[in-house]
Amino acid sequence: MEEVSKSKEPGSVFQDSLVSIGRILVSVSIPLIAFLVLWGGFLFLRDSRAHQGVIAVVAILWGVGGVALLFFMADWFVNRFPMQIAKKLQPFVFVGPALVVLGWYLFLPTVRSLYLSFFDAMSREFVGLDNYIFAFTDPKMLESFRNNLLWIVLGTGGAVGFGLLVALLTDRSRFEKLFKSLVFLPMAISFVGAGVIWRFVYAFRPAGEAQIGLLNAVVSFFGADPQAWFTLRPWNNIFLIIILVWLQTGYAMVIISASLKGIPSSIIEAGRIDGASETRIIRSIIIPHIYGTLVTVATTIVIISLKIFDIVFTMTNGNFGTEVIASMQYKQMFRFYHYGRGSAIAMILVIAVIPVMWYNLRQFKKREVF
Amino acid sequence: MKKVVCLVLILLITGISFAAAGQRGEAVEERVVNLFGPFVDEEARRFEEAIRPFEQETGIQVRYEGSGDFETLISVRVEGGNPPDIAALPQPGLMKNFAEQGYLVPMWDSLQETVDSNYAEVWKELGSFEGVPYGVFHRVNAKSFVWYPKKAWENAGYEIPATWDELEELMDEMVANGHTPWAVGMESAGATGWVGTDWIEDIMLRTAGPELYDQWVDNEIPFTHPAVKEAFEILGDIWLNPDYIYGGTSMILTTSYTDSPNALFADPPRAMMHRQGNFVTSFLPQHIQDNLEEEVGVFPLPAIDEQYGIPILGGGDQFVVFNDNPDVREFMEFLATWESGELWAKAGGALFPYVNQDLDAYPNEIERSLAEALVNAEVFRFDASDLMPGPVGAGSFWTGMVDWVGGTDLNRVLENIERGWP
Repeated sequence: MEEVSKSKEPGSVFQDSLVSIGRILVSVSIPLIAFLVLWGGFLFLRDSRAHQGVIAVVAILWGVGGVALLFFMADWFVNRFPMQIAKKLQPFVFVGPALVVLGWYLFLPTVRSLYLSFFDAMSREFVGLDNYIFAFTDPKMLESFRNNLLWIVLGTGGAVGFGLLVALLTDRSRFEKLFKSLVFLPMAISFVGAGVIWRFVYAFRPAGEAQIGLLNAVVSFFGADPQAWFTLRPWNNIFLIIILVWLQTGYAMVIISASLKGIPSSIIEAGRIDGASETRIIRSIIIPHIYGTLVTVATTIVIISLKIFDIVFTMTNGNFGTEVIASMQYKQMFRFYHYGRGSAIAMILVIAVIPVMWYNLRQFKKREVF
Repeated sequence: MKKVVCLVLILLITGISFAAAGQRGEAVEERVVNLFGPFVDEEARRFEEAIRPFEQETGIQVRYEGSGDFETLISVRVEGGNPPDIAALPQPGLMKNFAEQGYLVPMWDSLQETVDSNYAEVWKELGSFEGVPYGVFHRVNAKSFVWYPKKAWENAGYEIPATWDELEELMDEMVANGHTPWAVGMESAGATGWVGTDWIEDIMLRTAGPELYDQWVDNEIPFTHPAVKEAFEILGDIWLNPDYIYGGTSMILTTSYTDSPNALFADPPRAMMHRQGNFVTSFLPQHIQDNLEEEVGVFPLPAIDEQYGIPILGGGDQFVVFNDNPDVREFMEFLATWESGELWAKAGGALFPYVNQDLDAYPNEIERSLAEALVNAEVFRFDASDLMPGPVGAGSFWTGMVDWVGGTDLNRVLENIERGWP
């Protein structure tokens, strides 16, 4: 560079301006070409009736190549700036795409749901707060709020409680791995799959018939009449919550157990030397030590309980007083085609989840994960 | 720097060549009609079988895609701007929604003529919205039938009841003999309750008559109307009497509608009667299906009020057009003729409404008699819960049935159902 500037000749002014025109052309045309390539790919994918294999290959090339192309483009563009500015812009080349994707797939739909929640069934007429009034007065909705609260308290309490218990007990057992694997196993089962399994546990046949349901088989064995468990209000809610606990205890146990291993044995031994009982050690040393983990696990399961849908939908469909918010939202949206009410219920769910998320993030922050 | 330029160039070239390839792909003309519907597995196979002659004759490929979640997916696809060429809608309400929003192509003249000559008028009305016809019915079902185990009835000497009084006498006779008259199962996953609404509709047609029934469907009389209440009370005399129902109300609530007829064919039979549509034969135990005519008897649910006779309650899938093109038109014309149903009728498990159909095509006496009852019925009415808007017909009416069977007070149930009207 230096040499060039030293040996500056009259003709080079022309050359310089040619270069800068070229630079401008390049910086305009390259993004333009990139855009055209991507747009062409998009049109092809949208309209083509080519063989599906061809479309799949193009889609992969277009998707992966497109992302790479955009990245290189952005990187190249940022590097055109002076060093100081480029350094400051650089991080956004990496964060930018994630922000765009989040904005497009998460933020915009949320805003749109909020907007739709103020309109009627077909999203045509503005109805003000009508949908929210419905959500907070309809008997089925009130039933859902009550049930979701039950799910949060009993579901989270059960899963975290049992998880902690199993973690503490297996920690002192020779068969730790075996026990933990057994408890962890249900985690691999989907909610709907669990629904099918538990259907057999709760199955009902009239008295005198062979009971194919595990629970009724046990009950009959002790001489009592078989029960249609799903129809017993309000206990049926608890029968459903047990399924969530069964599914989530493994998750709670694994995380809590890992955290237990992190407690320095010297502290526990010091407690023992001081004459603390085992319960006192758990209460005063172990629990405070793993408190952050407990909060994280609990908030995760609280969010799962808030959004609970599959179990209720497959087992009782919300009948017999077991309705939950997410299932109400699904029904309003996809069975009754009332987009206003469906969106309003979705917004209520979002708002209910926010404090939990916020608390969870704050806990993360304390532990300097961010 | 050079690398980047190279990369851009490579991507550019591949992109252009693929775009070119895409254009070449479009140039190849394929005659395809895309069809989306709710029937899956065996039913889908039989449907595809039934339309094969059309494909062979015209060279038009009909690509049928079925889904158990049809009712959800069709709305998503239509609103996402990606509708199928033709869809088979099981609920007239869905058709009305789409028609109101202007997504559907109305019947053209020649199709209307075909429909006029091949169907009873009621089917065209059922496929119309605000006087404009859209839907062509193909396979339909009829629900007002009572099924019984033939051999067990012969052993016990039971006779088919011709009137409601005789039916009630028969029920008491069964109880006296230590038999349970009815097997009822209402569980149907997300649609639990429809078995109950079908019963209520059948009783409404028999006690209140078709005119009041139509007013009820349009909410011109409310659910709290005495006629509706009477229908519930008549049903309650049967359903809420533990002597009449195998397993009582618990069994009604928790047995799936596909499992409950099995009780008729257990050894010894757990129940003697089961009211269900013609489609019940497809979920009977295999050894019963194999000997249908020897094992199974059927009779229409008797009249209650003589003046209304024996009405038939039913339903059906109507085919509607989203994308208008000559191939689609040709296929729709085919669907409106008996030829499109004949092979399926022969395979069994389906009834067709064509007035000029050949009843000999049905594979057994049972389906033949059902088809005959359907074509000859003086009064045919579409399933009311399918006609009512979703929040009632697929909402509060279903849950109301469940609550009522579960022991909730009838007046409160009726008020709750009525509140579901949008």
